[in-house]
Amino acid sequence: MPEAAVWIIIVAPLAAAVLNGLIIRPLLGPTTRLAAAAAISTIGLSFLLSLWALIAVWNNHEVILPLHEVLRVDEFSLRIGLLLDGLTAIMLVVVTSVSLLVQIYSHGYMSEDRGYVRYYTFMALFTASMLTLVLANNLILLFVGWELVGLCSYLLIGFWFTRPSAAAAAKKAFIITRFGDLFFLIAILGIFLLWPDDAPITFVLNDPDAPVDLLRAGGTVLTGAGLTWVCLGIMAGAAGKSAQFPLHTWLPDAMEGPTPVSALIHAATMVAAGVFLVARFLPLFDEAETARTVVALIGGFTLVFAASMGLVMTDIKRVLAYSTVSQLGYMFLALGLGALGPALFHLFNHAFFKALLFLGSGSVNHATGTFDMRFMGGLRRVMPWTYGVFLIGSLSLAGIPPFSGFWSKDEILGSAWSHGGALGTLLFILALSGAVMTAAYIFRALYMTFHGEYRGGESQESGATQNAHETHDEGHGGAPHESPRVMVAPMVVLAALAVVSWLANAPGLHWFTDMLEPLGAHAEEIHIVPAALGLAAGLLGIGIAAALYRGGAISAPSISGPLAPLARLLTRKYYLDELYEGVVVRMALYGGLWRFLSWFDSEKGIVDRAVNTFGVVGRNVGKGIRVVETGQLQTSLTVLSIGAVLIVAAYIAWGG
Amino acid sequence: MPTPIDAGSIGIDFAHLAPEIILTLAAIAVVLVDLVVRNKQILAWLSIAGVLASGVAAIALWTSGAGGASYSGVVITDLFGTFFKIVLLGGTLLALLLSPAYVNRRLSRFHGEYYGLLLLSTVGMMLLVSVGELISILLALEIQTFALVALIALLKDARSTESALKFLLLSAVATAVMLYGMAILFGLTGTTFIADMAVAVEARVETGGLANNLALIIAAVLILVGFGFKISSVPFQMWAPPVYEGAPTPIVGYLSVASKAAGFAVLVRLFATAFGQAGLDALDWPLLIGVLAIASMTLGNIVAIVQTNVKRLLAYSTIAQAGYILIGVAAMGNGAAGVYELAVSGILFYLAAYTVSNLAAFGALVALSPPGGGTDSIEELTGGAARSPLAGIVLTVALISLIGLPPTGLFVGKIYLFYGAVQGDLWWLALIGALNSFVSAYYYLRPVRRLWAGGGATQETDARRSPSLRASMALSAAGVIALGIIPPWAISLATEAASAFSP
Repeated sequence: MPEAAVWIIIVAPLAAAVLNGLIIRPLLGPTTRLAAAAAISTIGLSFLLSLWALIAVWNNHEVILPLHEVLRVDEFSLRIGLLLDGLTAIMLVVVTSVSLLVQIYSHGYMSEDRGYVRYYTFMALFTASMLTLVLANNLILLFVGWELVGLCSYLLIGFWFTRPSAAAAAKKAFIITRFGDLFFLIAILGIFLLWPDDAPITFVLNDPDAPVDLLRAGGTVLTGAGLTWVCLGIMAGAAGKSAQFPLHTWLPDAMEGPTPVSALIHAATMVAAGVFLVARFLPLFDEAETARTVVALIGGFTLVFAASMGLVMTDIKRVLAYSTVSQLGYMFLALGLGALGPALFHLFNHAFFKALLFLGSGSVNHATGTFDMRFMGGLRRVMPWTYGVFLIGSLSLAGIPPFSGFWSKDEILGSAWSHGGALGTLLFILALSGAVMTAAYIFRALYMTFHGEYRGGESQESGATQNAHETHDEGHGGAPHESPRVMVAPMVVLAALAVVSWLANAPGLHWFTDMLEPLGAHAEEIHIVPAALGLAAGLLGIGIAAALYRGGAISAPSISGPLAPLARLLTRKYYLDELYEGVVVRMALYGGLWRFLSWFDSEKGIVDRAVNTFGVVGRNVGKGIRVVETGQLQTSLTVLSIGAVLIVAAYIAWGG
Repeated sequence: MPTPIDAGSIGIDFAHLAPEIILTLAAIAVVLVDLVVRNKQILAWLSIAGVLASGVAAIALWTSGAGGASYSGVVITDLFGTFFKIVLLGGTLLALLLSPAYVNRRLSRFHGEYYGLLLLSTVGMMLLVSVGELISILLALEIQTFALVALIALLKDARSTESALKFLLLSAVATAVMLYGMAILFGLTGTTFIADMAVAVEARVETGGLANNLALIIAAVLILVGFGFKISSVPFQMWAPPVYEGAPTPIVGYLSVASKAAGFAVLVRLFATAFGQAGLDALDWPLLIGVLAIASMTLGNIVAIVQTNVKRLLAYSTIAQAGYILIGVAAMGNGAAGVYELAVSGILFYLAAYTVSNLAAFGALVALSPPGGGTDSIEELTGGAARSPLAGIVLTVALISLIGLPPTGLFVGKIYLFYGAVQGDLWWLALIGALNSFVSAYYYLRPVRRLWAGGGATQETDARRSPSLRASMALSAAGVIALGIIPPWAISLATEAASAFSP
């Protein structure tokens, strides 16, 4: 596969973002339909090229692409290149295919939004960033993609920035993931410092010409405690991006963004970046047993922890959000056991069925104008297509064969089973109890949404208008109805993928594992016991949900009494938000740092009196800002900037 | 173990900074005295005394001739800088003299801050005209900017605060852009001392080609943005009208002359020294500056025509005046030695004449404004000459000078500048400048007609009750006329100062 074709995978959506943001939006207005055409066609191109890349890797295991030196400072040479191996090829297909379907769906979902072009600009930029992150063959470039992905996530969560809850959610996501990124950055610096002096570091991940590169550094140039800390730093970055405990709190709030964004970013692709990062650096983790155990334990704990909260949420998107956190926990658990194949297989399957579930919830919202399942019910009659695909997604998530979730979850259970020992047993129990809860919460959501009687939609939601923005004209007033074809079609495609995606690694075929073989994956045998237990767990969960929510055996109030304290603990999300906000922000920052700084500022401060003599402006600045907010200041700055740019441009045009 | 610094070896010479030191001490004294005295009039006299003392030191510096570099080369004591220091001190003196009439009526508090900040701002400008090193230039620039921001906000009403904030934000951006340019320049030359830059710039230019010079051009343009802001040249002029409208009138007068003079001083010094002739050639300097000059003159004069507020009118007037002075800056780019000196001395003379003319106008405005402050509309001037004949005459003289009619200082100044332009083969610039002067007559004469018309309110004006205000008006008007009738003395001083840069 020619190198240029691989670069186009990144460049095409980037060009769409530039075109939409800098040309289409200023010239043709914020709702031009052309924006969707630009984004969808370029991402379609990326998707086709990704398939080509997949086939190329399939044939040769690894496509060697050259590195290009872009910067040289003394000994240090920054060489940028792309890395195309099995891991990358799988991620490419996942990212581009889900992105493509989501963007087609968005054309229907966002059609009424005034930020239509802005939306497609950000989505295209996000896709380009994610592809950069996946393809980078240099830790520096990877980090650039990593941060850009975070930025796009921030922009898209806060897409409806006039809504305070969206702005707050965007801020929260940004701060918490940035907290994880800090450790990732420290890990990068750690690599730089630990690297021996005799071989200048290049940060290249895979460099066949060099005696040692980053992926082969574990156990050779990076060893012992240093390597462990580096790995833990990488894991902290991954935990932030993939919303693993204790950095998971931002993801449920991130549902403030438009639903297609949730489907693309917070279900299928961006949150997978953390899993991808750990998978990419698995050769390092292999040499650091402690770090790997930490990864497995974090994953195991998170999967149960998040699933338990999913059981009590009333907002369908929040149920799905906790479900995502929980499923990512499964992937980390597998990675921590060194099971690259099962982890990626689950990532692959999960991307499709979770995107499907999210798009289904968006479709429901499109019809009812709410995300609150207490006001839904009975929708299966009016929305047969949505119901059908949602059911497929739910069965897949619950791990019922033959749907895809069963096969990958079985592989993860199997790897914990065959690992054995105290750690393996513990992880297996965690994964199994998680499976019960998973089936229970997703079928609870299914029953509440689609079964029973319709409970009125947004009209009963007079007080809770938090989703007011997301309602559309069609959703107002009238009875619920099926979504337009442009929204149904991508869901059907995803549903089909959720049914068949397991074939990629079906027992006996092992295409998936074969592709990852050079990276150390090996075909998993089928373990009858864990598979049977996993299936039993899924059926048990569905049974509990049916008993409680299908008007069946147990009535909800009868058990709510004794379980009330537990329910409250779960509804309040284990009080972690309060802990972070109250203790970390309010006490540590405001109480400590802020008070210290106040010494230099407030009435009682020492420095204050001296400053006051000249500080006559301060008190009136607020007043001033109000008056300035007329746009005139922006005009002035625009004129100033354009003036400077024009002068330089004139030189370039006529000077010499 | 760092070697102890020997004061002699880095050339600490207090005499070179005597004017600044005296003025700083005066500012501190004003703030301290403010705490203990009840009669705030004393603060004004104290400030004036400080300015006079500083002026004596500056004149002493002038008579002692060129002192060269001191403080490790950071401070450059040459006649060019000293000329500007004297102009700045003169402007400050006139602004201080017309202040009490305004301050006593309009400010119930903050008298100490007013005078203290005014002096500190002047200190910043004086440093600005005499430092030869980029970081120090930035520092001096910030000293005067911050002082000015507080001064503009001192009325503490909505308009004043708004304009202060605008000034602060816009100048922050302009400074940031300029700093970026300076950083590139540092990257290209490896030094922050402008005296050492010319060599590196020349070497770079000689390698030829636009591609090689693009970084240099970008650096120059970005730096130009910063100083274009200070001198309120198009397209960096947008702050001027709102700030002029909102700020206290004496401060506007001070700002319009001092900030502009200091801005032009650094502009000339930086581009003449750091870029050298090779750099100016590479920039196609006359064309670049010429375009800015035309834009400033034309926009300023045309927009001024429709103004109904005197302070806004004068704001657009200063934008146009910046355009005239830029003609001189453009002529600097001509290689011939004679033209170079002619252009620089023209700028110096014009700035001196502009300082007295504009301050005369603002002094008269303070004198003519009704006790409550008024609206600053042109209508309000109706019958002003009858209320206060002195203010009427002074404002008339000032506006005639701003048009550029004889027998006033700016008439000579314009001839001087245009002559320099013609000598530098920029006759087209001179022509457009002359045309613009005709246009400007229209709006400058409008207030004059109102002034001498009958009718209008017969309120008492401030002029009668403030001897210092009358002194300020008389002094500045006398200066305007003196520069117009007997210019040779001032011209010889300007030529002497300009010789600091003869290539």
